[in-house]
Amino acid sequence: MVPDKRVSIDEIAAEVHDGMTVGIGGWGSRRKPMALVRALCRTSAKDLRIVSYGGPDVGLLCRTGKVREVVYAFVSLDSIALEPHFRNARQAGAVTTMELDEGMFLLGLQAAAWRVPFLPTRVGLGSDVMRFNPSLRTVKSPYADGDELVAMPALQLDVALIHMHRGDRGGTGQYLNVDPYFDDLMCMAATRRFMSVEKIVETEQFLADGPAQSIRINRLMTDGVVETPYGAHFTECVPDYPRDEAFQRAYTASAKSDEAWDEFRARYIDVTEAEYQQAVKA
Amino acid sequence: MRDGPPTRAEVCAAAIADCFARDGEILANPIGTLPVIGGRLAKATVAPELVMTDGEALLVENIIPIGVENPDKVVAGWNPYRSMFDVVWSGRRHVMMGGSQFDKWGNQNFAFIGSYDKPRTQLLGMRGAPGNTINDKTSYWVPAHTTRTFVPAVDVVSGVGYDRARDIDGNGGRFHNLGHVITNLCVIDFATPDNRMRLRSVHPGVTVDDVVAATGFELTIDGDVATSRLPTDDELDWIRTRIDPNGLGEDEVPNP
Repeated sequence: MVPDKRVSIDEIAAEVHDGMTVGIGGWGSRRKPMALVRALCRTSAKDLRIVSYGGPDVGLLCRTGKVREVVYAFVSLDSIALEPHFRNARQAGAVTTMELDEGMFLLGLQAAAWRVPFLPTRVGLGSDVMRFNPSLRTVKSPYADGDELVAMPALQLDVALIHMHRGDRGGTGQYLNVDPYFDDLMCMAATRRFMSVEKIVETEQFLADGPAQSIRINRLMTDGVVETPYGAHFTECVPDYPRDEAFQRAYTASAKSDEAWDEFRARYIDVTEAEYQQAVKA
Repeated sequence: MRDGPPTRAEVCAAAIADCFARDGEILANPIGTLPVIGGRLAKATVAPELVMTDGEALLVENIIPIGVENPDKVVAGWNPYRSMFDVVWSGRRHVMMGGSQFDKWGNQNFAFIGSYDKPRTQLLGMRGAPGNTINDKTSYWVPAHTTRTFVPAVDVVSGVGYDRARDIDGNGGRFHNLGHVITNLCVIDFATPDNRMRLRSVHPGVTVDDVVAATGFELTIDGDVATSRLPTDDELDWIRTRIDPNGLGEDEVPNP
């Protein structure tokens, strides 16, 4: 039998408290849990530390004043190379950052997931990742090679937010695109784990929609699940829907002035998810 | 189909193809418009052993056109981002990346310009540059060679240059290997005693003085500088009919 771990997006957003470290799944402007991010933007939570292969999730949270620090290797909209709101926040000195290589990020999440304090890597040696993160340490191999390696510390998350194509009420999740990204690791690295899905289906449906290995998120990885159709909008969620490039351009234009942002925010952020989806269709 | 003599973009594509031509059975991972054209050109002509992606998470054996929706793919592998790190850290990859700033040692920056706390211009971030350069052969593509790009000192070291790699304790820098820097004006390599940048060839129609004037540091020039080769008729046919039918390379580097 399958337990029922269904919750609402606002219940999930309410799990995030001031100062928490929040990991967000997806990659760039692809399969981001945007309905959960929008809900988080509407809460009073602040001083968050965001850990993300960054896209508009990071930009929106920065623009709505939720963020103290961004742990990142890039923040991009893919078809628009630079995330405009993140860029503004950085250039205003409004957020601090932990600059990492994309792979160090993976190792930090993996270390947290495996409950080890660090994982060794060559990545970072010689680069300014070391200069910008003076707390990063190197370790010497205890074996004959004696190699000096970076000790990438565990990136322990308080909350992980991910979006999958299909899920069941028990919190099992399935992706139907070609890349699982790092969503399972985000969940494994976090204390509280929440997943939005395009559609909640009966468990029996998973194998009709994809192979067993597409069921990437098992119940051990999640504490709650919510159905949010078009919940990754405006990011890509193929095969269910492509990125909404026109909307993404409008989002980018909203970074041009405070007036443009106020208009965007009133229409698309300070509204319920249902109102958001209505406004997008209009 | 386009005709006429080779364009500057096509000369660049041939120079990029030459970067990958002798790599053997590795993942050739060109990033950017002309790098993808040049990389696929190498696989199509002299280096069928190269393993290449569709630009996303699949390995494909056929030569797919750039900028064409849903091209036919002969899929021969699954390479999501997580697997890409396996490839990179195993040393079986040659990446060609871009960059906003380079110094004479090949240190590369595409993270930001200005200070860490409050950058004047936020760019991409570190992306995979630290890991790429410390683990695998790395080359660079610069579509607009100017003194703003080739600078005395980079604001941020994202991709590691030869001076930094040498300074790493122990054996940490032993897999560091910068190949070539291909620009819209010339081909640069690191074939100097201390691995600083050297002007290897200038593209047809470009003078050594043009390159020197567009470079913000002293580029090593030893003896007569060669002229970059022209693409062969076979290469032009591949580029114009099969790899870049819409001429995206011509948009990236307009013909002078």
